[in-house]
Amino acid sequence: MNAAIHPPVIQIDQLRTQFGDHVVHQDLDLSVNQGEILALIGGSGSGKTTLLRQIIGLETPASGSVRVFGQDIGQASSEQMQTLRHRWGMLFQHGALFSALTVFDNVALPMRELRTLPEDLIRDAVLQKLHMVGLSPADAQKMPADLSGGMVKRVSLARAIALEPELLFLDEPTAGLDPHLSDSFVELIQSLHQAMQLTVVMVTHDLDTIFALATQIAVLADRRVVVKDTPDKVVAFAHPFIEQYFLGDRGRRALAGMHAAGGGSSPT
Amino acid sequence: MPHPEPDMPRLNVSHDASDGVSVTASGCWQVHALALPGVMPALMQRIALPDPSAARWDLTGIEALDHIGAQWFWNAWGKKRPPRLMLAPLQEGHFHRIEQAGELTLPAEPGRTLSLALLWHWADRFIHHLFGLTMLIGQLVLDIAQLARQPQRGPWKEISANVFHAGYRALGITALVGFLIGIVLSYLSSQQLHTFGGDIFIVNILGMSIIRELGPLLAAILVAGRSGSSITAQIGVMRVTEELDAMLVMGLPHGFRLIMPKVIALALAMPLLVIWTDAMALLGGMAAAHLELGLSPIYFLQKLPSAVPLANYWIGLGKGLVFGTVIALIACHFGLRIQPNTESLGHGTTISVVTSITLVILADAVFAIIFSGVGFR
Repeated sequence: MNAAIHPPVIQIDQLRTQFGDHVVHQDLDLSVNQGEILALIGGSGSGKTTLLRQIIGLETPASGSVRVFGQDIGQASSEQMQTLRHRWGMLFQHGALFSALTVFDNVALPMRELRTLPEDLIRDAVLQKLHMVGLSPADAQKMPADLSGGMVKRVSLARAIALEPELLFLDEPTAGLDPHLSDSFVELIQSLHQAMQLTVVMVTHDLDTIFALATQIAVLADRRVVVKDTPDKVVAFAHPFIEQYFLGDRGRRALAGMHAAGGGSSPT
Repeated sequence: MPHPEPDMPRLNVSHDASDGVSVTASGCWQVHALALPGVMPALMQRIALPDPSAARWDLTGIEALDHIGAQWFWNAWGKKRPPRLMLAPLQEGHFHRIEQAGELTLPAEPGRTLSLALLWHWADRFIHHLFGLTMLIGQLVLDIAQLARQPQRGPWKEISANVFHAGYRALGITALVGFLIGIVLSYLSSQQLHTFGGDIFIVNILGMSIIRELGPLLAAILVAGRSGSSITAQIGVMRVTEELDAMLVMGLPHGFRLIMPKVIALALAMPLLVIWTDAMALLGGMAAAHLELGLSPIYFLQKLPSAVPLANYWIGLGKGLVFGTVIALIACHFGLRIQPNTESLGHGTTISVVTSITLVILADAVFAIIFSGVGFR
C-alpha cells in the first residue's frame, strides 16, 4: 500500500520473548501498513498469540520495541495507552463476552465507559453495530450463555468495532465455526474492512480463511518472521515450514480454491 | 475570526430570511472527539431548533465521520433523511447503511412487579430445590448401598483426598477460633460466677456448653464457609468447563464419584473436627479460668468427667456427623445447579454457604429439642 505516505500502523523491531530458558522469539521484525489484512501463521507453540498479546500490551517482551500508530507500547503512559486502546479492537478466540451482561450491554460497555455519550445515541449505535454483524434487536437481550458459537463471535466482533477502531485484531476468527458460518464470517470481516477502512491483524490456522481474507501473510518460524509478503509470494517462498504448511493436501485444496475464485492479491 | 481547534466537531447554525435555517458541520465527527467532555451538551444546545430536519444541512466540510457521528446526525434529524442535505461521497455509505437498517428498537423488557406470579415463582423455586435435594439424598443412599456391596470398587482415593482437604487443612482455623471462644466464654462466665461465689461451677458451664453445643456449631460454621463454598465452586467450575458432561460420557456417575466421596469425607471429618474444636476451646477456657479465678488446670481436668456426663460427647459427635452430611449435600446440590456463567457461579456459592449455615443451626435446634432430656444430671 502507500507505505511511503503513511507510516506503518504496527512496527516491531528486534523483539525477543523468553519464558524461563525457552526462547520464543528472537530478533523478530514485522511491520504492518495501513489497510492491510495480515494473517499471522506459524506452527503450534511458535508464539503467534503471544506476539498478538504483546502488540496490544497484555504481555511485555524481554527486549525490543513494539510501536503501534508510532507509539512505543513499552514506554507509553497510561493515558497514551488508553487513547491507543480506543483505536484498536480485539476479537478473542472464545469471544470473551462478559457472561453477566446481556448481548446489548456487552456491546454498549465500551461506549458507556466513555461516560459522555447520551444513552439514546448508545442504544441506536449498539443496535446498528449488531445489525452490521447480522444480529437482530431480539438477540440483543439474550445472555452470552444462550448464544451459539457463531453468534458469540458475531457479538464479540460487534463489541470489538464498537468504538470505530482503525486496527482490528482477530485471534482464530473462524475456529469452531462450521464452513458455512465461517464463510459468512469471512465476508462480514471483508465488508467491515471496506466500510471502516480497517487494518486487520489475525492469527488463524484455517487456510481457507487465510486465502479468502489476507492481503499479506507473515510466517512465524525459527523464532522470527521468515517472510511477510502477499499470499502468492509467500507460498512460493522456499522454507521447509511453508512447504509443509501450504503444499500438503489441505494446502493444495485451499490454494486451488483461491485461484479458482480469483482471490488473493495477484495471479501468478 | 478565531480558528477553533481543528479536531473538534463543530456546527454552524445560520438563519436566513429567504432560505430558512441552514446548518453547516465541520471538524472531526468521530467517536473519540464526540466523547470529549462537554462536546455532546454543546452540540445538543446548538441544534435546539424547532424542526431540525427542515433545515438545510451541509456535511461536506466534515474532515472525518464515523458510524457514531453519523448516528448522531440521524437521531438529530428525527431518524429520517432531511430533504435538503449535502453529503460528501464518502459519507453517503454511513447514512445509506443506517437508512437500510431501518427502525431498530429493543423489545420491551418484561416488567418486574411484586405479584402473585412472583410469589408463585418463589414457591416453585423452593419446591424445585426441595425436590432436587430429596433426589440427591435418594441417590446417595443408593450409592452407599453400592459401596457396601462392592467396597473394593469404591472411590477411596477421592474420599481420603476430601478428608485431607476438608479435615486436616481445617485444623488450624478451628483451633484458633475454638481457643479464642473458650477464653471469651470463660472470662465472661467467671466474672458472673465470682459474684455469686460459685467459682468451681465454671467447669460445668464450660464443659456442658462447649461439648454439647458450641464445639459442634463452631466447627460446622467454619467448615460450611471453608469446604462448603469450595465444593460448590469446584462443581460449578466443572459445569462451566464441561467436565461434568465428560464424566457422564466416560461412564463415571456424578453421585458415586463426586458427591458420595464428599459426603462421606465430611461426615467422617466433622466429628473429628468437633473433638479437636472441643479440646481447643476447653484449653482456652481452662487458661482463662486459671488466670481469672486461679483454678488450677489439674483440678479443671479432674472435675470435667463428673461435671459433663458422657452422653453429651455422643450428642456432640452425632451433631458433627449430621452437620457434615448437611454441609456436603447442600454444597453439592447448589454446585450442580450452577449455570455456565460467572455470575451464576458467585451467586450459587453465596447461596450454598448461607443455606448450609442456616440448615446447620436449624438442625442444632432439632437436636436440642430431641435430646432435651438426655445428658443432664
